[in-house]
Amino acid sequence: MGRWIPLWLPGETSHARAVDVLLVGLLISTLLVLTLLFYLLLRFAIHYRAGNVAANRDHRIRKSWYLEATWTVATMVAFLVLFVWGARLYLNLYDVPKDALPIYIVAKQWMWQAQHVGGQREINEVHVPVGRTVRLIMSSKDVIHSFFIPAFRVKHDVLPGRAEGIWFEPERAGVFHLFCAEYCGTDHSRMMGRIVVMSQPAFEQWLARQDTDGTLAAQGEKLFRQFGCSGCHTAGAAVRAPLLDGLYGKAVPLADGTMETADERYLRDSILQPRSQIAAGYEPLMPSFAGRISEGELIAIVAYIKSLGATGRQP
Amino acid sequence: MSDAPSYLTADNRLRSWFLTTDHKRVAILYFATITLFFFVGGAAATVIRLELMTPQGDLVTSDVYNRMFTMHGVVMVWFFLIPSIPATLGNFVVPLMIGARDLAFPRLNLLSWYLFLIGGLTTLYAVFVGGIDTGWTFYTPFSTMYSNSHVVLAVTGVFIAGFSSILTGLNFIVTIHRLRAPGLTWYRLPLFLWSLYATAVILVLATPVLAMTLLLVALDRFAGIGIFDPAKGGDPLLFQHLFWFYSHPAVYIMILPGMGVVSELISCFSRKPIFGYKFVAWSAIAIAVAGFFVWGHHMFVSGQSVFAGLVFSFMSFIVAVPSAIKVFNWTATLHKGWIRFDAPMLYALAFIGLFTTGGLTGLFLACLAYDVYVTDTYFVVAHFHYIMVGGMVTAYFGGLHYWWPKITGRMYPEYWARAAAILIFFGFNMTFFPQFVLGVLGMPRRYHVYLPEFQVWHVMSSFGASILAVAYLLPLLYLGWSLFFGRRAPANPWGATGLEWQTPSPPPTYNFETTPSVTRRPYDYSVSGQAHAQNA
Amino acid sequence: MRRTPELAPQFVDLDQQQDAASLGMWTFLATEVLFFGGLITLYCAYRTMHPDAFAAAARHTRIAIGAGNTAIMLTSSFLVAWAVWCLRLNQGRIAALLFWCAAALGVAFLGFKGVEYAIEYRERLVPGFNFVAGGAGAGAQQLFFAFYFVATGLHAIHVAIGVVVLIVVGWRSRARAYSTRYHAPATVAGLYWHFVDVVWVVLFALIYLPGRS
Repeated sequence: MGRWIPLWLPGETSHARAVDVLLVGLLISTLLVLTLLFYLLLRFAIHYRAGNVAANRDHRIRKSWYLEATWTVATMVAFLVLFVWGARLYLNLYDVPKDALPIYIVAKQWMWQAQHVGGQREINEVHVPVGRTVRLIMSSKDVIHSFFIPAFRVKHDVLPGRAEGIWFEPERAGVFHLFCAEYCGTDHSRMMGRIVVMSQPAFEQWLARQDTDGTLAAQGEKLFRQFGCSGCHTAGAAVRAPLLDGLYGKAVPLADGTMETADERYLRDSILQPRSQIAAGYEPLMPSFAGRISEGELIAIVAYIKSLGATGRQP
Repeated sequence: MSDAPSYLTADNRLRSWFLTTDHKRVAILYFATITLFFFVGGAAATVIRLELMTPQGDLVTSDVYNRMFTMHGVVMVWFFLIPSIPATLGNFVVPLMIGARDLAFPRLNLLSWYLFLIGGLTTLYAVFVGGIDTGWTFYTPFSTMYSNSHVVLAVTGVFIAGFSSILTGLNFIVTIHRLRAPGLTWYRLPLFLWSLYATAVILVLATPVLAMTLLLVALDRFAGIGIFDPAKGGDPLLFQHLFWFYSHPAVYIMILPGMGVVSELISCFSRKPIFGYKFVAWSAIAIAVAGFFVWGHHMFVSGQSVFAGLVFSFMSFIVAVPSAIKVFNWTATLHKGWIRFDAPMLYALAFIGLFTTGGLTGLFLACLAYDVYVTDTYFVVAHFHYIMVGGMVTAYFGGLHYWWPKITGRMYPEYWARAAAILIFFGFNMTFFPQFVLGVLGMPRRYHVYLPEFQVWHVMSSFGASILAVAYLLPLLYLGWSLFFGRRAPANPWGATGLEWQTPSPPPTYNFETTPSVTRRPYDYSVSGQAHAQNA
Repeated sequence: MRRTPELAPQFVDLDQQQDAASLGMWTFLATEVLFFGGLITLYCAYRTMHPDAFAAAARHTRIAIGAGNTAIMLTSSFLVAWAVWCLRLNQGRIAALLFWCAAALGVAFLGFKGVEYAIEYRERLVPGFNFVAGGAGAGAQQLFFAFYFVATGLHAIHVAIGVVVLIVVGWRSRARAYSTRYHAPATVAGLYWHFVDVVWVVLFALIYLPGRS
């Protein structure tokens, strides 16, 4: 029966299972209310139908205050519970674990491109290891898309000009559907892919087998010189620019007095719109690379900057 | 019974109809046009459901399919749902219910119909020359920079029709404030007027923001000004905020009049005053106000901040409370009533069930973590169809049948009407309930082709849609028949309270012989079940 | 009570009609607030995202023309208020003169705006046509000017409509169509013109003042 009429898609991560428990809670609340409502409607409609002269219609409820207050408060309490429950799970989803394995996703009409830090590339497939938290850093080359893995119960829009992130931790090996969930043109419904979850050793072997142009960070290092970034962003340069060693993940004081964390989004914005967030103590001299740098190059450079840790090169 | 001709027969020249300032005739003009648009939108839906019977894209190409669902949304939202009850039933009934001769600004009323017509024809023309494929939500940068379709034309049509909405809302606000009959205080107003008043406030405050947003999209596309271009620093999220700031209150524009109709029907066909009148009245205002603060629940996965997500989710739960209050009060009204099951009452009862179901699934969507899973899937499609079709269209049909004798002077055939109501109910559920299942299985929306495992639910849904299509044709046939052969209607065929029933069916052009005055509370059905004349 | 010709059939008396007209105009102005408000919200969002680019772009505007136009608008509003006051005192001919002066100032406003647009076109500042901006945040500077042209363009359309309305109201004042008892159309026209004026003042602050403190 389940194969012929699909009724349920199993969740494959702990987050997915938590979402399913939430669903059960929502369903139970809904069914309780609907059952009560349909029962009352049916009972009143039948018992108090005009043809039933015998029904007792004396002592109609006049003062409605207590009833109104009761059902209003009960509704609000139930809603508050559901709100908190959903909010906590949501906050959990947006709290990305720091040691997650990053994979870069670029969406374009009508395909998904994935880049691993080792430089391995995929089209419409993302290979990930079991039991490790995976973090996706996603951006679009053109219109808004949305990265949706039903089995993991996660979805996030993928925007042009911005990096967005989600995370998940797969719990068993298998292949799961990837859909685009934001209408993006002619072949929106064909923009499907596969999430291929493999055991850790199989994943390592798979990574090793792929052709790469060097690791993502190594590619980024080449581009760093090619675009002239090293002309200012090295010690002893003629123009004074922030040094980038160990920058990733640090708090950066800005010229307007606020503090900003140097995450992927900050690094991208610094390259594309350098005047929007100027580091404190520096002149707004950096030119914008918007329109001159592709998504793929941007990802590589960001990966390179991330690798400039104080303790040496780490992806 | 006076000898004065009714508004229908007072003048038969064509220009007396197209240059009328009589609110009743304007209502008829609107009725004809929105019925036309309902069937245009319905035709698009037919293509959609036929295509979705099979997983492959074998009926039409993807480009055509994308134009179909866009047209379905644009036409149904702006040219059917938004104007339906306010511009047809509202325009007809408001001055009568209030004891006035017409609305405050009759010529603006006629202008609003012409704007609606021009806007509608512009959009139809856009469809005719190739259509648009952006979805009714026009998200940027797809609509401004990537779509190869007639976006500017379509958007212009909606822009013009928006002014029609604004004028209707403005007219209702001034009319309800200033033209009430002597003795008709706010707390003696029928609840239909409270709902229309709340609707009018939203029409007047939300629609201008849509107008601005669509204007910017058109300029961006037409002149390339780049205001939503990410490469220039334009923010695609900003479009979404501006769009949904209107489009969420818009759904309350659509549902509040329906709720108002249901209050009238439940009261009349239970022969009881509405339980908790003040609560139902103020809940309409509460929905209108709170509805302005929830738009971000359409954007939980869009990239807006987590903080915004929390605020919008909380407010979305809050805005559901006044709707719940209405449902409880309607149900309590049935208690110890004298309930009759005429067609309008069948629609009212169906509304309560279907709207509550749709509304409860709205809680799933308000719930942040669950919305992450089901947003942009068929779950959302099912949710809003339950509210819009199961709720709003059902209420519209209920009101149409209820006031049909007043509007046309004829009774419709009761058994056909009940049969159609029941068929609509079954066809509707069969069409849209499977879509909840599809959503929970993870099928995204706006998909032309889909994975084969989803097919069985789509077949069920399409089958239901075929029943629904037949069911919606039935009223067209028997209501049309009744215009010529229906029994002549008395002034008050339902024995209802309300000033509109104190004048002949159909009313004379000037509505009332003498201005009525009101001394009794609304819905004053005595214990024995007889209605008292309001101005006795 | 005797129904005078100005009394429309749906109203019971002239007071009800004038009340309705007034409420109608205030409601319409509320829609205009939301209309321009949406645009101004967009401006505020973009200015927060790109403060330097907006400041740099704003420095390209011609503050002399902007300030002059502001003075023109404020003066014309004063004249309209004065004219409505005159109608209350049954001084139709003086009111007509004042309305027409205000309309003339409105035309002057549009004239100066046209000159300003021509200058901006020459300086290649028109997005979608010939926009070229150098230096910092060129893209966001284009956003500023896109807002500038849309906002002032829409405002100019409202001014043009207002000029026509003022001319008509002036003409009817002179024809003694208004009296102490009945001058709602003029009051309502005045409300509209004052609103157009207020919108200009807000736009002036958003367009001409950034980057110039």
